[in-house]
Amino acid sequence: MNWGEFFAMKGYGFYVWGSYGVTLLIFIMEALLVRHKRKVTLQQLRLLRDAEKEE
Amino acid sequence: MAINWFKYSAPSTFYALTGKLAPWFAWSSAILFAVGLYIGFFVAPTDAQQSEAYRIIFIHVPASIMSMFVYLVMAGYAALGLIFNTRLSSMMASALAPTGALFAFISLWTGALWGKPMWGTWWVWDARLTSELILLFLYLGFIALHASIDDPRRADRASALLAIIGSVNVPIIYFSVKWWNTLHQGATIKFTGTSMHAAMQQAMFIVLLACWFYAIAVALTRVRSIILERECNNQWVQELPEVRL
Repeated sequence: MNWGEFFAMKGYGFYVWGSYGVTLLIFIMEALLVRHKRKVTLQQLRLLRDAEKEE
Repeated sequence: MAINWFKYSAPSTFYALTGKLAPWFAWSSAILFAVGLYIGFFVAPTDAQQSEAYRIIFIHVPASIMSMFVYLVMAGYAALGLIFNTRLSSMMASALAPTGALFAFISLWTGALWGKPMWGTWWVWDARLTSELILLFLYLGFIALHASIDDPRRADRASALLAIIGSVNVPIIYFSVKWWNTLHQGATIKFTGTSMHAAMQQAMFIVLLACWFYAIAVALTRVRSIILERECNNQWVQELPEVRL
């Protein structure tokens, strides 16, 4: 079996890779969003603390 | 060894525990995905009827199972929060909702891409497909309702009610292929076992486990941010090394 044949999936390549591609994209996007959310939350907590210190 | 589970119902201890657990679940999930998809694409044979198109099953079925399972777990946490007034349970429900919604979307998306070559259509208003679409809307409704109420405790209670009532939909999805004469094929995994080829079964179960670990890793990471947000006035949050920086 060569790779060209593998990716063609006997003519169903669009459907098979369209399924797995979008799923992978969703997983990566969600993981990045969750990490970003943690960063932003920690930043906000530090800002809040600094604001309280100044008062 | 006795584990004091109640200890982990306190947000501070749960926060510390999940910080240690989440990376393990994330890495295990990545390894399981690699193994499951390797078996699914290189070991499992070509299907006699559906040729290579059937390989969509290795993500379609796990994502569909996860969309229903995560919903029940979310509704369970929401109910615990409603009945026992435990903050952490409600936070877990909120943390699970987006992941569940994404699994429901993946289920519909991969289903459409499978339906087109096999049934000749991306979508039909069939009982299975429609009830899965309703599941996606229930997740989105839960998220929107929670976001629309300013007081987090009130938001928890209102969205918990929605989650609990909506859980009626889950058995409807599961049994839809039995109760109605649908275009969608019957259950792949029945309580009485399955008729699939061994390698196909292995691939599907390993990817299911991978999805499960993925959901745990993402939900735990998300709940940690929610805990920090909602407990920000507590001493223990302000004393965390990552906050004190």
